[in-house]
Amino acid sequence: MATSSTALSIDKVTKRFGSLEALSAVSVDIARGQIACLVGQSGCGKSTLLRTIAGVEDIDGGTITIEGRVVTGSGVFVEPEDRNVGFMFQDYALFPHLTARQNILFGLKGLGRAAAAVRADETIARLGISALADRYPHMLSGGEQQRIALARALAPQPHVLLMDEPFSNLDRRLRDTVRQETVTLLRSLGTTAIIVTHDPEEALSLGDKVVLMHKGKVIETGSGDAIYSFPQTAYAAEFFSRVNRIPAHRSGDWLDTAVGRFPAPCGSSGAVLVYVRPQSVLLDTQGVAATVMGRTLLGEIEEVSLSVSGLETPLIMRTSARCGLDVGNTVQVKIDPHEIMVFAADESARSALPGV
Amino acid sequence: MAAGQPAASPCMSTIAGRINGRSKSRINIWTALAMATAVLALLPVGTLAVMAAADTGHLWSHILVHVLPHATRNTVTLLVGAGILATMIGTGAAWLVSAYDFRGRGFLEWALLLPLAVPTYIMAYAYLDILSPLGAIQGGIRWMLGYSSPREFRLPDIRAMWGAILIFGFVLYPYIYLTTRAMFLTQAANVVEVARTLGVKRSGIFWRVALPLARPAIAVGVSLALMEALNDVGATQFLGVRTMTASVYSTWINRGDLPGAAQIALAMLVVVVALIVVERWARRNQRFSHSAQRARPMQPVRLSGIKALIAFSFGFLPILVGFAGPFIYLVWSALKRIEHNGISAAIVRATVNTVTVSSAATVAVLVLGFAAAYAARLRPGTLSNAVMRTASLGYAVPGTVLAIGILIPVAWFDRSLDGLLRNTIGVSTGLLLLGSGAALVYAYAARFMAISVGGIEAGLSRIPASYDQAARTLGRDATGTFFGIHLPLSRTALTAAGLLVFVDCMKELPATLLLRPLNFESLSTLLYGEAARGVYEDASLAALIIIVIGILPVILLARMGTAEPHKAARP
Repeated sequence: MATSSTALSIDKVTKRFGSLEALSAVSVDIARGQIACLVGQSGCGKSTLLRTIAGVEDIDGGTITIEGRVVTGSGVFVEPEDRNVGFMFQDYALFPHLTARQNILFGLKGLGRAAAAVRADETIARLGISALADRYPHMLSGGEQQRIALARALAPQPHVLLMDEPFSNLDRRLRDTVRQETVTLLRSLGTTAIIVTHDPEEALSLGDKVVLMHKGKVIETGSGDAIYSFPQTAYAAEFFSRVNRIPAHRSGDWLDTAVGRFPAPCGSSGAVLVYVRPQSVLLDTQGVAATVMGRTLLGEIEEVSLSVSGLETPLIMRTSARCGLDVGNTVQVKIDPHEIMVFAADESARSALPGV
Repeated sequence: MAAGQPAASPCMSTIAGRINGRSKSRINIWTALAMATAVLALLPVGTLAVMAAADTGHLWSHILVHVLPHATRNTVTLLVGAGILATMIGTGAAWLVSAYDFRGRGFLEWALLLPLAVPTYIMAYAYLDILSPLGAIQGGIRWMLGYSSPREFRLPDIRAMWGAILIFGFVLYPYIYLTTRAMFLTQAANVVEVARTLGVKRSGIFWRVALPLARPAIAVGVSLALMEALNDVGATQFLGVRTMTASVYSTWINRGDLPGAAQIALAMLVVVVALIVVERWARRNQRFSHSAQRARPMQPVRLSGIKALIAFSFGFLPILVGFAGPFIYLVWSALKRIEHNGISAAIVRATVNTVTVSSAATVAVLVLGFAAAYAARLRPGTLSNAVMRTASLGYAVPGTVLAIGILIPVAWFDRSLDGLLRNTIGVSTGLLLLGSGAALVYAYAARFMAISVGGIEAGLSRIPASYDQAARTLGRDATGTFFGIHLPLSRTALTAAGLLVFVDCMKELPATLLLRPLNFESLSTLLYGEAARGVYEDASLAALIIIVIGILPVILLARMGTAEPHKAARP
């Protein structure tokens, strides 16, 4: 529910492109100063949602409220230039014919010349980019462009900053640093921000609030911790990590599987699957026998695929132990019973991610 | 981990970057201007259709029996002949400079475009004199053969259909050269290499691979060249070939029969539509596919010695006939003229007239063309697309046809206004639009709108939609975004379009002849008038000015290298 501390409220927003429903009754509230992450696969509607908030895309139903003012919905449509939102684009969209400073000044026209210059200087100083201020975008590296784009979006002090895949154009090493710096800056400014990403790890590490979307719907909302450790849906469990899906037979209050017997969660009924993350598969001399099918070294950890009698698909284990296994060796494994997740089999089938 | 895989931009790329729609209901200045542009383009064509539907009794039957069959036969013969010749030269030249490397190839590559700077009527004008029985060439041949008088020996008179076909073929081939060469440059390398590995001999590549591959490009080039041929009014008249265009002109000017002219004009539109249909058919199921990869040019065969010389000569022949010959002749005769008579007041007046009217038309075309292209960017959709295509309609309409279509409503407006004011306040406005040259500017604008709409649309399409959205979220409205972002970023496209339009206006003859104010001579009509009277005075200087300025866009085209011809931007 929207309260006085709500910066942005999205209420049952629907958007269609022809017969495709890009957003189906999406509702999300973002508190002032919160950093929210919209995450999901390509085409899930997360960028569309961002664009409807900015007002560069209209909606077919629902209401969007920014700082208590309805900007889209019930016959109202506030033009994007009148919404006071900042938008940072995946390609940064820096104007190539303007210097970095002129790009930043572009959004400060309403302030008057003198005040705009002061604000631009403040922003430039704050982001530590004064050395770049007089360069044109083509003279800047990817990371530098990212900072100018951030400065340009922040300079008008928007109610909410919208960022569309802001780190995806950076190479991997740079990405972690820039991401950290950006979040630190946003927190120190108290900026309300929505970051769109397709990267589950980025979503978990960035946001106060993670909003998982799929096929135009919000699947789950919560803190990174909660959504990772206690996913309410099979889709969320599979989205944020790789899982082994293990068929289970119910016998009384217990679930029998090829890799052991687990207590059935309260309230569950019907056919279920037990979800086990690869790092919850442990080597244990008391466990069930398994044959090593293959090994992949992933750096600090290694991934081992195991054949277990009674399981159609290999069991994937991730371990940091350098145990010197070879293909064909037989080992004993068990599952950490505290780390299992149980979902109804039909839900699991419905939500299965392609390629898992 | 499947969920982590999708690489980049999910929604941005799939969904058109559209600046919302709730303001659809608001009338926007861009949309209004774009609509006006489309209406202006549609008016002449609509007028002709109405005229044709109107009952003109005996006139139509006269035209149907005595004028159309002959004129149509001539037109079709000319188009087919010139089309075949231009295709042979254009495709051959494109293959020559793509598949072979020899000393002088770099020069040929761009110089083969030069005939684009020579309008057909100047070409005909120059060759009539060059090849006249008393001219240098025939004189030289007689001297070599030992004859003393044209009575004893003369070449066949080029004032015939074959002469027209030759002249059109040599001046219009660059359209086919340009499109075909672009195709060879961007597409051929891989295909040629694959064909070689599949056992096609080097000598068979042209017929088995290159020519079929170039078919869509040839179709585009030929249709552009033939529209140019259909548009011509001067050359065919100088050469005594009575085409449909010439019939429209003489039906109106000599017989004063406007409805009759309108009906022949309408018949010409049928030919235009047929041309477009044939072009679409010729490249059915085939498109220029723009590969995202950087095109790898074909590896040419290196020629040297006598082979290189032969190759160069073949490549140079079209340039010699289509440009160098007439150009040298014009320079020579213009210098002679200046030496004897100085620069006449008439030529200065014609130059000033030409520049004034062309500049006015260029400004109009750029403003309206920008509006049409910009409206389509702001509100992409079927409507704005249709508006943009309609605004570009004029390019497919021959100048004479367009002029007749404009003449009718404009003359009616002028007469009505004059009559109204004379009756009410006793003031005569005369022929306001026709007399001031406004009608002429209108004709230029309608005819060349496609160049600016196409060029500006292409320029705007290179500006990512995210720039618009960034500007909007940074507090600028649509107009502010236009001045802050789009205008500065499309300056190059605007300049190029402006140059092309200006030069095309300057060269324009058929519509200028019909719509110019009384006693108004442009460079092209001055040349036409002298050639029609058979006097050779200031015309060579006028022709030279037109060609020299006409070389500017050729340089632009040559610098763009593999780009499509500017005229490809037609509906």
